[in-house]
Amino acid sequence: MNRLWLTLISVLIALPSWANNDPAEVRLQGIAAELRCLVCQNESIAASRADLAVDLRQQIREQIQAGKTDSEIRTYMVERYGDFVLYRPPLKTTTVLLWFGPLLLLVFGLLILAITLKRRRSALADKVLSADDLERAQALLGQIKDPGKQP
Amino acid sequence: MIPEIGHFALILTLFVALAQGGITLAGAARGNATWIGFARPAARAQFSLVAISFVLLMWSFIVKDFSVSYVAVNSNSQLPWFYRMAAVWGGHEGSLLLWLLMQTGWAYAVSLFSRQLPDVMVARVLGVLGLVTAGFLLFVLLTSNPFERLVPAPMEGMDLNPLLQDVGLIFHPPLLYMGYVGFSVVFAFAIAALLAGQLDSAWARWSRPWATAAWLFLTLGIALGSWWAYYELGWGGWWFWDPVENSSFVPWLVGTALIHSLAVTEKRASFKNWTVLLAISTFALSLLGAFLVRSGVLTSVHAFATDPRRGVFLLMLFAVVVGSSLLLFAIRAPKVGLGGRFELFSRESLLLVNNVLLAVAAGAVLLGTLYPLFIDALGMGKISVGPPYFNLVFVPLMVPALLLIAVGPVANWKRAKLRDVLKQLNLPLFVAVVAGVGVPFLYGRWSALVALGIALAAWIATAVVMGIFKRMRATRSGLLAQPRSWMGMHIAHLGMAVFVVGVTLVMGYETEQDIRMAPGQTVTAAGYELTFRGVRSELGANYAAQVGDIVLSRDGRQLRLMHPEKRNYFFSEMPMTEVAIDANGLRHLYVALGEPLADGAWSVRVHYKPFIDWIWIGCILMALGGLLAISDRRYRLKRREKRTAVIAQEAKA
Amino acid sequence: MSRFLFPLIGFVVLLGFLAFGLTLKPSEVPSPLIDKPAPAFTLPQLANPGETFSPDAMKGKVWLMNVWASWCFACLEEHPVIRELTTEHGVPVVGLNYKDIRNEAISWLNRHGDSYLVTVSDTQGRVGIDYGVYGVPETFLIDQTGVIRYKHIGPVTHDAVRDTILPMIRELEK
Repeated sequence: MNRLWLTLISVLIALPSWANNDPAEVRLQGIAAELRCLVCQNESIAASRADLAVDLRQQIREQIQAGKTDSEIRTYMVERYGDFVLYRPPLKTTTVLLWFGPLLLLVFGLLILAITLKRRRSALADKVLSADDLERAQALLGQIKDPGKQP
Repeated sequence: MIPEIGHFALILTLFVALAQGGITLAGAARGNATWIGFARPAARAQFSLVAISFVLLMWSFIVKDFSVSYVAVNSNSQLPWFYRMAAVWGGHEGSLLLWLLMQTGWAYAVSLFSRQLPDVMVARVLGVLGLVTAGFLLFVLLTSNPFERLVPAPMEGMDLNPLLQDVGLIFHPPLLYMGYVGFSVVFAFAIAALLAGQLDSAWARWSRPWATAAWLFLTLGIALGSWWAYYELGWGGWWFWDPVENSSFVPWLVGTALIHSLAVTEKRASFKNWTVLLAISTFALSLLGAFLVRSGVLTSVHAFATDPRRGVFLLMLFAVVVGSSLLLFAIRAPKVGLGGRFELFSRESLLLVNNVLLAVAAGAVLLGTLYPLFIDALGMGKISVGPPYFNLVFVPLMVPALLLIAVGPVANWKRAKLRDVLKQLNLPLFVAVVAGVGVPFLYGRWSALVALGIALAAWIATAVVMGIFKRMRATRSGLLAQPRSWMGMHIAHLGMAVFVVGVTLVMGYETEQDIRMAPGQTVTAAGYELTFRGVRSELGANYAAQVGDIVLSRDGRQLRLMHPEKRNYFFSEMPMTEVAIDANGLRHLYVALGEPLADGAWSVRVHYKPFIDWIWIGCILMALGGLLAISDRRYRLKRREKRTAVIAQEAKA
Repeated sequence: MSRFLFPLIGFVVLLGFLAFGLTLKPSEVPSPLIDKPAPAFTLPQLANPGETFSPDAMKGKVWLMNVWASWCFACLEEHPVIRELTTEHGVPVVGLNYKDIRNEAISWLNRHGDSYLVTVSDTQGRVGIDYGVYGVPETFLIDQTGVIRYKHIGPVTHDAVRDTILPMIRELEK
């Protein structure tokens, strides 16, 4: 059965014209690399050797030849398989947090850092002596063995 | 009988681990020296018992005891002996046993290399580790027993997944687990310090070598995994931003933040709360990774076959371990002192910014990995988050972090002068600009991203070399006389530069051709000619292969023969691609057989991968840096000092 | 409230999502075609390729389209359930024979019984792509007006028939 399958696939693969570094093939790679193969779950349609991926590459190839734009081809895929097929999720209300989350985290992180540093400075300024005392006390207790300041 | 002994050893370990956790922690709380003294022997006993169980499982594989279900599922009689041995950790149950071996092994190592530590501290650390071990043991014994028997025993086993029949399987999981589990030691130190209310620079100094050790194993483990996927999957990619990869990468990012933060806590007694939170998070994220891989909540090429009970148990374990730690943190952290003073522009501040960047990067990767789960859980549909997202989000976060690598080491502790720092960065800036403009020019195709990547790498590398020379001149001594931890830092940073060169050039200038090749046909890739001679059949130990013959030549001069293969393993009937790679350190030519076409022709994929080796060489350099750092004299000196101190005390008494 | 509690709170929220995640099936992709008109097609019938079939022929009926192939192991597993649907519950089921070889498909039906109203051949898998088929077997529930109401991924089970498919059909037939 497997062998039969193999011939079937080979026939399908052999049908298209094999063009080397043809701009259409480069475009195909670009589109297919951002589409998820549904059978294998975590490969792109460009990388996968699953039958469905082969078929879908062929679909994309034909649509490129028919003069469709990249976004039209992506829409074609989404209409059939849903947003799941896109490795680059579209910006929607449900994905706002995904796309802006990292920026939000960064701003938040830097903000906390700034506040902490400021608060720390004023807290330490109030008790410079006691902090130094504490350090000296700890040093005396033998808990801090500073290996020497390094440049 | 043998498997039953292995099983019994695991049950015994559970009791020892529980006893260790209870007795030593109680002993530490009450100051009972006898109970505290139980910690070290218990650690040794656990390691010995798990080792026995591990060896017995391996034995079952070696003697092909297919009455053991795990052996029958993950091997068969034709599997070569070295893969049968590595098959011990080829599936879920056995890999957990490997995890346990590492867990108890690290605990044993702590008991051996902690003579300079107060016994109470060691007891707390080992007690916490004992409880973690007990949790995992319960998981193994209740849901994933590797010694379960099959009645009646099958005559023949199924096969080890062909993807795993590779040298990568032998080394990748052990290294990776050494890293994951190693962070449990740092975690245990953090919990012990929180329990004792003794969060100080001494704690940081004790944890630091352990954190670095775990980090270097994790670095190697991830790098090896990447290399393995690169040549075994046959897609030519080296990183896929797959959920499982991400779940090893997130702990790495946080672990990297941790080793930097520990440096500050040790030297300046600052950021203690932040450091302790990182120590907890790193291990928590390792546990989260284990949950994601083994519970089936995310789909991945690497995921283990799953059973819902396992997911539930792991989630409970995760909740108990991390929840209790964070609760302890919330109770104890407010009482922790602030530590040494430093100015806004100082090495401390720079390291804090580095920490924020790494933590945000980790957060971003985690967000992308878990987002599909969140959306699905909220009933808002199914989406995929893949490489385009991660590349877009991750790269901008890493650029400032890479810039800081050169700045941090030249800035002074406490207070740095901007003018002095800038003066030291003149030369790196110059080299960076020249390299950034020059390299894309040499390659003949301008790309802003390549320019940026190369400039960053040159910036780091120049700063590292300058730093080393300056110090050698200042101390008037040779390279080998410098402190190893200091050298380690520079080597690791240099590794980062090498890594960045690799990533940049591969992403900027790789080419890929998926072509039909008839016998006799020639294709050119990056100035090389590859001539397809045809495909012949060959028989392997447990597979039948179709072996391609491809002549690699340049300017008509024949260089070598390349043999990409397509294998069909007898038992799994899974077609596997074995790629052929021609490497010379500066580029790979990567050839993979696709499918047979009509008239003896095949579809063939030819990739040209400039500088791809540098990605992994960079990681090895980073790990080497870590190794140098933990071999530093001062960690050993402390021990000798302690011993003399003890002797002096005894002499007095 | 202490700011040191924030990590714990974040962790609890994460736990909630993960626990919920355990109840989900990550490999099932919902079809965007639900509540959309079933894509039109005209395909030759498996038994006599001279005749064609098109979903228009089913207008006014609530029917199932079952995607199957002779090379698909799970299809064999669900086959008795399909028969039960047609014979016991009188549901019209059209077979879409997906990327198969005609002779193989016919002998498979001869061997395991043919209770399909009609089976059509999608040799190239083009119609499969239009319906967003990504794994065989898959089954579509289509209403009187030709709108897809439900998609079952994987082999149809007795439970799925009893709990989901039949109630939906009865509801639609009202």
